[in-house]
Amino acid sequence: MSDNGTAYDVAKVRADFPLIENLAKGAKPLVYLDSAASTQKPRIVVEALSDFYLKDYANIHRGVHFLSQKATDAYEKARETARRFVNAREAAECIFVRNATEGVNLVASSYAKSRLKPGANIVLTTMEHHANIVPWQMALEGTGAELRVVPIDSRGVLDVEAFGKLVDENTVIAAFSYVSNVLGTVNPVKKLTAIAHDKGAKVLVDAAQAAPHRKIDVADIGCDFLVLSGHKIYGPTGIGLLYAKREILEKMPPYQGGGDMILTVSFEKTTYKGIPDRFEAGTPHIAGAVGMAAAMDYMERIGLANIEAHEAALLSRCREKLAPIPGLKEIGTAPGKAAVFSFTLEGVHPHDIGTFLDADNIAIRAGHHCAEPLMKFLKIPGTARASFGMYNTAEEVDKLATALEKIVKFFA
Amino acid sequence: MNEMEELYREIILDHNKRPRNFHAMEDATHHADGHNPLCGDEIEVFVKVEGGKIADISFQGEGCAISKSSASLMTSALKGKTLDEAKRECGIVVAMLTGKTDSIPDELGDIAALQGVRQFPARIKCATLSWHTLEESLQGGKTASTE
Repeated sequence: MSDNGTAYDVAKVRADFPLIENLAKGAKPLVYLDSAASTQKPRIVVEALSDFYLKDYANIHRGVHFLSQKATDAYEKARETARRFVNAREAAECIFVRNATEGVNLVASSYAKSRLKPGANIVLTTMEHHANIVPWQMALEGTGAELRVVPIDSRGVLDVEAFGKLVDENTVIAAFSYVSNVLGTVNPVKKLTAIAHDKGAKVLVDAAQAAPHRKIDVADIGCDFLVLSGHKIYGPTGIGLLYAKREILEKMPPYQGGGDMILTVSFEKTTYKGIPDRFEAGTPHIAGAVGMAAAMDYMERIGLANIEAHEAALLSRCREKLAPIPGLKEIGTAPGKAAVFSFTLEGVHPHDIGTFLDADNIAIRAGHHCAEPLMKFLKIPGTARASFGMYNTAEEVDKLATALEKIVKFFA
Repeated sequence: MNEMEELYREIILDHNKRPRNFHAMEDATHHADGHNPLCGDEIEVFVKVEGGKIADISFQGEGCAISKSSASLMTSALKGKTLDEAKRECGIVVAMLTGKTDSIPDELGDIAALQGVRQFPARIKCATLSWHTLEESLQGGKTASTE
C-alpha cells in the first residue's frame, strides 16, 4: 500500500504498534494525534524491555557474575546505539538521563550555575518549552546574571538577527529548541550554534521534539549539548539522552552523587569516575536504555528520511483539509515546519475542542503545551494541537477535519 | 441526547456565548483569583457584600465553555443571596459536580445543567474553579487553585 505516493508503507508500520492496531478496531477506532506529547510504542520496544528483564537482567558495573556482565554489555551497547543515533564522536559523550528535562537540569546545574555571575547572561527563545526555561531560571536565581529571550515573528520564525545581538561575550549558554512543540518551527540550529560559538558561548539544543521527526546529527550541528526524551521517539518513559562534548563534560562536576559514579569514597575525600559514569549516579534505568536503543534501531530501520517525508505529507493534507473550516486559524506557519499542527477555532476554547474530539475518539492535546510565555506572546489562552507520528494516516487527518466541521456547527 | 449534548446543554452554550456579570468590579469588598494550572484557565471573582448579603457579584477571565458558563451561572444564582446561603450553595454545587452526591436539588435551577460534567473527569475542575474561587474570596483568601 502506498499512502502518500512514496514507498512508505504505513499499514505495515501500524502493524508494528499493538496499541494502535488494537484500538483501531471496533466501532469507534482511535485516532491518535498526540504523538508530540508522547509516542506509542512498537512491539519491538516492549519486547526489548521484557526480554531484558526476563533474560538478561542484573545490576550493571558491579557484579563479577556473568549476568551482571550481560546487563552491563546491554547497557553499554545501548549507549553505542545512542551515539550512532545522534552521530556523536564517542559513546562516552552520551549520558543517560530520565528525559530531556533532566538533561537540561544537569547542564544548568553542573555547567552553567558556577559560571553565572553579575554581568553574565543566558539566552533562550520565546518558543521554549518550560523544560528549557525553568532549569535556567533556577540556575540564575541569586547570581545576578541575566536571562535574555530571543523574539519570534507572528509565523513563529525565530529572529536570527536578534539572536546574534542578544548573544554576546558574556553569554554562558544559548539554549533553544530544535523543533517547537507548539508551532512546529524548525530552528536553524547549525547557524545559531555557529553564531553563538563566534561569541564564545556554549550551546544547548533541546531536540525533544526534533528527534521523532528528523535525523539528529550533533557533529553537523556543532552544538555543545543536546537533549532528547526516549518516550517521544517511540521508546520507554523514564529514559532520555544528554549528549555533551567530551572536553566540556570532563571539566564538569557531577550532577548527583551516589554509587556507580565514584572511584573511591572515604569520609576525608571522594574521587569520581570519568565520563560518562560520573553523571549517572545510582542504578540507572538500565532496561529503559535498552528499550530506547531498540526504539532508535527501529526508527533507523524505518528510515528517518521516510518518516519525515510521510509526516510532511500528513501535515500538508492537514493544512489542505482544515483550511476551509470557518474560524480555524493555524498557529505556527514557519516555512518547512515539522508535523505539529496547532490551531484555534473562533468562539470555541481549545479544551472544548479536545473534549469534543475525544467523544469522536480523536486524541489531541489542548492547552498551553507547557509553553506559557509563548501563549502570552501569541495572546491566546492555548491551542488545540494535532501532532503526527509515523503511524498516522491520511484517513485519520480526514476524520479530524470532519469532526472539526461538526464542532463548528455545534458551537455556531 | 448524545454525550456532547449532555455536557454542552443549551443553557451552557448560552452562558458561554453571553456570559452574565462578566466584568471587573471597582468597589468589590471581596476578590480572589482562580487558576487551573493543568489547562491554564484563569478567573477572577469579585463580590460586593453589604449587610451580610451579596449585593453584587461578577467575574472575568479566560476559560473553556464549561468554566465560563459555570462562573456565569454562579453569579446569576447568587446575586442577592445571604452569605450563609451562598456558602451553602457552593457546597451543594461542588458536591454535585464532583459526584459526591447523586441528588440534584430543585433549588439549583439552571445550575443543574452543569451535571453532565460528572461524566467527564478531565473537565470537572473546569466547572468547580469559579465556585472554589468564590469560597476563597469569601474566606478572605486571594488565590484559589484546582490543584
